[in-house]
Amino acid sequence: MKTRKKHPATTLSAHSVRERRAALVFILPALAGFLLFYLWPTLCGFYYSLTKYNLLGKPRFIGLANFAKIVHDKLLLNAIMVTIEYVLLNIGFQTVIALGLAVLMQRLTKSITLRGMLLLPWLVSNVIAAMLWFWLFDYQIGFVNIVIDALNIPKIPFFGGEFWAIPTIAFVNVWRHMGYTALLVFAGLQTVPNYVYEAASIDGASEWRSFSSITLPLLRPVLAMVLVVTVTGSFQVFDTVAVTTKGGPMNVSRVLQYYIYQKGFDQGEFGYASALSVVLFIILAGVAFVQLKMMRANESDMA
Amino acid sequence: MDNQAQFNGVKNRFSPGRIAAWVALYATLALTIFPFLWMLRTALSTTKSLPSAPGSLLPVDFTFGAFQRVLGLSSTAQAVAEGGSGASVNFLQYLLNSAIYASLVTIGQVAFGSMAAYAFARLHWKGRDMVFGVFLAALLVPPIFTSLPNFIFIKNIGLLNTIPGMVLPTFFMTPFAIFFLRQFFLGINREIEESAMLDGAGHWRTFFTIIVPMSSAPITTLGILTFINTWNDYFWPLLVGKTEGTKMLTVALGVFRSQTPQGSPDWAGLMAATLISALPVLALFFAFSKKIVDSIGYSGVK
Repeated sequence: MKTRKKHPATTLSAHSVRERRAALVFILPALAGFLLFYLWPTLCGFYYSLTKYNLLGKPRFIGLANFAKIVHDKLLLNAIMVTIEYVLLNIGFQTVIALGLAVLMQRLTKSITLRGMLLLPWLVSNVIAAMLWFWLFDYQIGFVNIVIDALNIPKIPFFGGEFWAIPTIAFVNVWRHMGYTALLVFAGLQTVPNYVYEAASIDGASEWRSFSSITLPLLRPVLAMVLVVTVTGSFQVFDTVAVTTKGGPMNVSRVLQYYIYQKGFDQGEFGYASALSVVLFIILAGVAFVQLKMMRANESDMA
Repeated sequence: MDNQAQFNGVKNRFSPGRIAAWVALYATLALTIFPFLWMLRTALSTTKSLPSAPGSLLPVDFTFGAFQRVLGLSSTAQAVAEGGSGASVNFLQYLLNSAIYASLVTIGQVAFGSMAAYAFARLHWKGRDMVFGVFLAALLVPPIFTSLPNFIFIKNIGLLNTIPGMVLPTFFMTPFAIFFLRQFFLGINREIEESAMLDGAGHWRTFFTIIVPMSSAPITTLGILTFINTWNDYFWPLLVGKTEGTKMLTVALGVFRSQTPQGSPDWAGLMAATLISALPVLALFFAFSKKIVDSIGYSGVK
């Protein structure tokens, strides 16, 4: 090793053989996990989508029959529409609130205690968040309806109402994630040096003006990144639905992932459920593609 | 409040806009915290008495009965008298199950994740960037897509309703764990590593005596985040853990709710159970809050 500098060619190759061998050992467990539980099941998923498979026998190859069935599946169309309604509500409110919170924090206080408190809902599970709000939104004696009743407004059947189910589920997840998203945006805001704002304020720019002409443009890459993560995440909403409405009432909250779960695990149609998850995969890939395009547009915009 | 914030505020500390901003911030904070207080207040009430004072901010008919009921410490008669169903729910067992599941996954993921991150960040080998690219692409695959085949695989090798079956898919890696640590390992100064090598240390010794100690902060952060995420996991435990010995808290909570017979659910019991499920994560948070809050910044933006 000590002669390495004198004879780089010979020792480097001996060195690199050793390094390659070490690398193999270091990566082996992760590689095994990757092949066995990521890559192989991904390939299996595509294969199962071409089969009829109920777990009892072997998967039977049926070509594109599942996909032919998908085209006429009214429940799938419903599930996609419901999921899109959820995603739009969830992302819309979450982004606006998080952006507002992040700016407020930046302008008012950098207290770590306050940031910690905002993070509390994100720490508990979806199941707990759902339970909490299921109780607060109870029609008979839930706190929210008690307050609404006291204000002489008709009570609202939150999780049980056909109109209300999806907005309520979206609300629960906005509540759980708004602090987390706000902290992501806040971290992005920290990269804008303070003197930029000071200069703007000396030039007589209003708070609103410095928000719209400094903060927003500089935040666009961060916001784009946050959106990629939150949009793909919220397309896969499941937990809240599973412990509160179970897709009801009248299918109004049967989101795509819950529909896949029901087809596969309640009805044992694994082939068809796999075909449905191919649909989800395609939607997510499409969303990611569009968002990446937009991010790239952002980059050239900034340059 | 630090200096910068004070500087911002000097000019117009009491302007109406500023007051409105504080009000908005505190209102959001209240919305964040209130459900937790309400959970505690309900858990300390009796379910039977709740309808008599649904708007009371304090516990109605104060009692620790709901906690005793949930932990299996109260008699059936007592449970029924307070408005519980009297069905036995073995929460201590589920608490233990969740602790085992989350701990094993955390240990495996952090250990193997940091090893892989070291190989990707510090070692030179053919095909490294390509393999890393493939790992990166795995982030695009939605979890449910791999969950169906993984469930079938775990079932076929006879590990359904076992702890190994629960743990295996995430024990060796998640792409996130590797990316997260690789980021930090890339930043370590080459010279420290080289001087160790000159002293005759091999890659293992370098990894354990230089890289790991120097990265103890990000490694701990990853451990905490992994533990919290696994503790809160619902979908996979719902599929794989249906027996008493493998049912996780999150799944048991869902069952607890639907187990309620006709009429109103046992709200006090449910909130006590919810509080108990949240407790370990909350304790972890209070112990490491600064670390966790800081990690949100670099886990996302960088």
